[in-house]
Amino acid sequence: MMTTSSHTAVVTLPTDTQILITREFAAPRHLVYRASTTPELIKRWWSGERGEMTLAEVDLRVGGRWRYVMTANAGFEVAFHGEYLEIVPDERIVHTEVYEGIPDADEAAATVTVTFEEKDGHTLLSTLVQHKNQQNRDMHIDSGMEGGMQEAFDKLEQVAVSLL
Amino acid sequence: MARAATTTDAFNAVAEPRRRQILDALANGERPVNDLVAALGLPQPLVSKHLRVLRQVGLVEVRDEGRQRLYRLNAGPLRPIHEWVKSYEQLWTERFARLDVVLEELKELESEDTDDDDE
Repeated sequence: MMTTSSHTAVVTLPTDTQILITREFAAPRHLVYRASTTPELIKRWWSGERGEMTLAEVDLRVGGRWRYVMTANAGFEVAFHGEYLEIVPDERIVHTEVYEGIPDADEAAATVTVTFEEKDGHTLLSTLVQHKNQQNRDMHIDSGMEGGMQEAFDKLEQVAVSLL
Repeated sequence: MARAATTTDAFNAVAEPRRRQILDALANGERPVNDLVAALGLPQPLVSKHLRVLRQVGLVEVRDEGRQRLYRLNAGPLRPIHEWVKSYEQLWTERFARLDVVLEELKELESEDTDDDDE
């Protein structure tokens, strides 16, 4: 499909310990919810252009666990896991999130609240990442900078160069 | 949502989209506030408020020249954060572009089901 969305995700840092990602989708929220909680659908979008997801485990019940594994284009593997704390179907999911690539990962677990708000057939998806302290939040930012955030730009650059 | 004092944290200061616009506008050089108001299309009190926040965390410096106050960027220490927010947005924008495709398919499947029911 050649159409590209003009929608960009909006990232803000509402407080010293939070990261908030918002975006509107042209679909009712039960479909956004389904695409966000069904392993074979998650696998199709969650890695973006950064790699391929090799695992999406979702045990969607309070106390159930999830785990995502992605092989990045650069060859290395990144993995995240967590536990579901609260589930309101089509409305809200609260879960913990652990990036497995750092020391004492589980102690640095963040709490993520995903909210699905529908208006006129469109859905506002909000993902609020709440870290325990500013150090962990900043580490999230730092690890992102080191761990592959640059890849997209490298790829973009390659594409741009190939168009010359 | 309760907000912490933005002024304590350069991360927060740069995470507000309008403040990023101001920083981007100042990246081209020193400017008076009226210039920024015109460039951003925002009311002056709002621009002044954002400039105050940016000054308090040291990202923007000001000097008086005649009757004008000129603002300039001091972005060195902040560039990595600014770049991070942009690249993190890029990651989620990529993800969501793919999610759009998935959602279009789900919508089509649903409407096909509905069509079937109609027959």
